[in-house]
Amino acid sequence: MSKAHTLANLPDAETLLATLVKAMRPHVGPATALVGIHTGGVWLAERLHTALGLAMPLGSIDVSFHRDDYSSKGLHPGAKASVIPFDVAGAQIVLVDDVLYTGRTIRAAMNELYDYGRPDRIDLAVLVDRGGRELPIGARYCAYTLAEPLPDTQELVLARGGGQAQSLLSLMLKERPDA
Amino acid sequence: MRNPQINRHGKLQHLLTTEGLPREIITTILDAAAPFAEVAEREVKKLPLMRGKSIFNLFFENSTRTRTTFEIAAKRLSADVINLNINTSSAAKGETLLDTVDNLSAMQADMFVVRHASSGAPYLIAEHLAATGRDHIHVVNAGDGRHAHPTQGLLDMYTIRHYKRDFTSLTVAIVGDVLHSRVARSQIHAMTTLGVAEIRVIAPQTLLPTNVERMGVRVFHNIDEGLRGVDVVMMLRLQNERMQGALLPSPQEYFKSYGLTPERLALAKPDAIVMHPGPMNRGVEIDSAVADGTHAVILPQVTFGIAVRMAVMSMLAGGA
Repeated sequence: MSKAHTLANLPDAETLLATLVKAMRPHVGPATALVGIHTGGVWLAERLHTALGLAMPLGSIDVSFHRDDYSSKGLHPGAKASVIPFDVAGAQIVLVDDVLYTGRTIRAAMNELYDYGRPDRIDLAVLVDRGGRELPIGARYCAYTLAEPLPDTQELVLARGGGQAQSLLSLMLKERPDA
Repeated sequence: MRNPQINRHGKLQHLLTTEGLPREIITTILDAAAPFAEVAEREVKKLPLMRGKSIFNLFFENSTRTRTTFEIAAKRLSADVINLNINTSSAAKGETLLDTVDNLSAMQADMFVVRHASSGAPYLIAEHLAATGRDHIHVVNAGDGRHAHPTQGLLDMYTIRHYKRDFTSLTVAIVGDVLHSRVARSQIHAMTTLGVAEIRVIAPQTLLPTNVERMGVRVFHNIDEGLRGVDVVMMLRLQNERMQGALLPSPQEYFKSYGLTPERLALAKPDAIVMHPGPMNRGVEIDSAVADGTHAVILPQVTFGIAVRMAVMSMLAGGA
């Protein structure tokens, strides 16, 4: 690894959020429905929903039931219910996640969405693309792409709060416990 | 002795009884069931978790409702379900049972859901699978004799938690034929583990097991006294087909003394819920006005039962 990513040179999540809002604004409208992926994607989607002033109610999705590692890892503990408060059939959906990595979560989220109906369109918005894709999936909106993919031993996650504002987002780099 | 339902990694291997089931596992099952309940609201009520798995419903004793809810739960998890209603002769039951299990194992079964008139039959199967090195096959007890009906007990816990949130402040009354009831036993063990403040059983002496107090319950023979101030009323079915000899004068007489009427329910807390594992005998243990009234959560119990069974089966079948 020529240039290791450290906590110090991680981009500021709030700045990236502003970038994402700017990139999405020309393309969203009254029919745009955001669906955040648990947990970081939901926080991000809440902020985007407010910033973009979207009319369609915000959805959230938990991909535990569609994960492809169930047969090796078992049922994911702490699975939450998905909440899709609009009619998916014919909807214009933007899936929102904090970090795009292998693409497996996005695949699972799309399967989950299809259990509710057939959307007209699904786009993907992420804060950071960390590289390491294992499926043919790309984000339409991405605020930041790491120059070098992160090694598998590291985990990039979104954190919320911790500062003066409850909703303040920040990026954190961690060692993967199972790596 | 090692708890045969827990494997050496501390995970659930079989679900045989709520007795001795650790609190963390009960809570994990209840937590896991909540998102499964939401699946029922979707257009496509199907998840891919158990795709390619074969579940055998082995019903040595007739049951329509329990078998149906297990079947729906398994199908919503995309498993292949094979229903076997086996009418056994009373002779040589043990041998036949294990032969059946061996044959179905040879058909690549992944899970057995077992209902049997003899207490301990699901244990026997679980022990046999362990002794023959078939740890990849899981057993769910769907009711054995008078012993246990753990998924019913767990769905009852899910129902209580759904309406009452916290177990530790509750007074719960179980009313009826505790003697013949595997449901009551599974409820009492689960509630004890979850820390329910007070568990009461209300029944005539003839319908109570001897030394029932040792299970940690308060015994009432008078229903009016027993219902006073309770948060939850769990009715039991009067098990007519299990009655041997004259334990009761008549169903009408029973209703007079122990039937849940609106007047009696008024003695419980104003926000008390009324549960019943079904099928109900209207006019025997419960008045229609109560069964169809605002306190009854009997139909939600059925719906929650599917989610709880989905949670149990997917926890058992998941790897690692």
